[in-house]
Amino acid sequence: MIYLDNAATSRRKPQEVIDAVVFAMTSLGNAGRGTTEAALDAARTIYGARDKIAGFFGVKNPKQVVFTANSTESLNIAIHGLIKPGDHVISSVMEHNSVLRPLYEREEAGAELTLIECDGKGRLLTDDIEKNIRDNTRAIVLTHGSNLTGNVNDIEAVGRIAKAHGLLFIVDASQTAGVLPIDVEKMNIDVLCFTGHKSLLGPQGTGGMCVREGLEIEPLKRGGSGVDTYNRHHPSEMPTALEAGTLNGHGIAGLSAAIDFIEKTGIDEIREKEQNLMKRFVEGVRDIPGVKLYGDFDAEVRCPVVALNIGNADSSEISDILSMDYDIATRPGAHCAPEMHESLGTVDQGAVRFSMSYFNTGEEIDAAIRAVREISEEFSEEN
Amino acid sequence: MRKKEIKTVVTFHVTADAIAFEKRCKELGIEGRLIPVPRVLSAGCGMAWASPLSEEERVRAIAEAGDIETEGIWQCEA
Ligand SMILES: Cc1ncc(COP(=O)(O)O)c(C=O)c1O
Repeated sequence: MIYLDNAATSRRKPQEVIDAVVFAMTSLGNAGRGTTEAALDAARTIYGARDKIAGFFGVKNPKQVVFTANSTESLNIAIHGLIKPGDHVISSVMEHNSVLRPLYEREEAGAELTLIECDGKGRLLTDDIEKNIRDNTRAIVLTHGSNLTGNVNDIEAVGRIAKAHGLLFIVDASQTAGVLPIDVEKMNIDVLCFTGHKSLLGPQGTGGMCVREGLEIEPLKRGGSGVDTYNRHHPSEMPTALEAGTLNGHGIAGLSAAIDFIEKTGIDEIREKEQNLMKRFVEGVRDIPGVKLYGDFDAEVRCPVVALNIGNADSSEISDILSMDYDIATRPGAHCAPEMHESLGTVDQGAVRFSMSYFNTGEEIDAAIRAVREISEEFSEEN
Repeated sequence: MRKKEIKTVVTFHVTADAIAFEKRCKELGIEGRLIPVPRVLSAGCGMAWASPLSEEERVRAIAEAGDIETEGIWQCEA
């Protein structure tokens, strides 16, 4: 199989990650539950991962790194815990449903929401952010990279706007963590939400958030913490405040190994390889008659994500042909990004998304180009 | 030209139902497979079960048994 659905999840993981999970599953106890050697091993493994992630994203204090199951959980914690009825939030049409739905829920509870629009190439109208700030604006919630167009937002510039107006800045780095450098201090990010199983190359069920020191977020969950058992309230100390229940120690061990892999390989090296694969694909398909690409392909930085359609064909049908006849995995339909599809005018047709990873090869990309060409020819004959 | 046939297509609200449906069909030896939902049918869940029309009766019987929730049963090109 030629797997080009890495924006959904990276299917191929470094062997080190697999080994780390297997080792963890044969050795770890429950972190923070007692002081047996097994429990301590788990606590040390998790702390080690916290420390690594802190370093990776420029977080000074590793206690501000919280583990969750994925970005969705992180975003829900951040949005629900920080935005209250009466607050105004600025977000964008580029967002994934894991941002939009929690925001719509807050809107129903009495918060106000403004979604910044994009131009025809799916580029955020960044200038509109400042114009939409009101007296009661509490936060900007923005994706670093679109999972549909691959377009990347200038997080540092938006971070400056947030800082200048005293707004909280919550960033969804689901598509960029592990490929684009992120520094929460430099970019003025208050809450960075990431998921472990995409470009971070870790196991599913891992993710987290980096929370600015001093920022208190009301937890979504309360429960066992291994400390302060007789207190009727869940502890408010980080990271435990946002980590009720047994952590995914086995997965986190894998995520830790994944960060090691990325650092050893070099994030620049990874990005360059992915960018080259993406460019090779774009160059190969952009002039095929009938192929329409969505996104800004002249941008200096973008995620290795290419969404396209062939004529008016149903994206579900094209993706199914790619899968059944060519054994190429892509993703059709709506990609959990309803507003972005509205903006691009692709609600009805959807789009076929190709997304590359470090482990793809040039030959695989060439095979995908040939497949798109053949299918396009076939469909143009039909019409 | 690619041959398209009218098929019996079952849509679902959630992925769990789609997978349960596939499992049941396989157990009963019903021909068919999971496909991305054709755009003419918008559905809650992104995958649909497609069988040849010759299997429609048996597919309907599973849906009608009611223990696996379905969103709708359609005939369309797939
Ligand atoms: C931009 C974006 N945000 C959030 C998510 C949610 O990630 P997860 O499903 O790992 O919570 C995804 C991936 O599906 C995404 O692409």
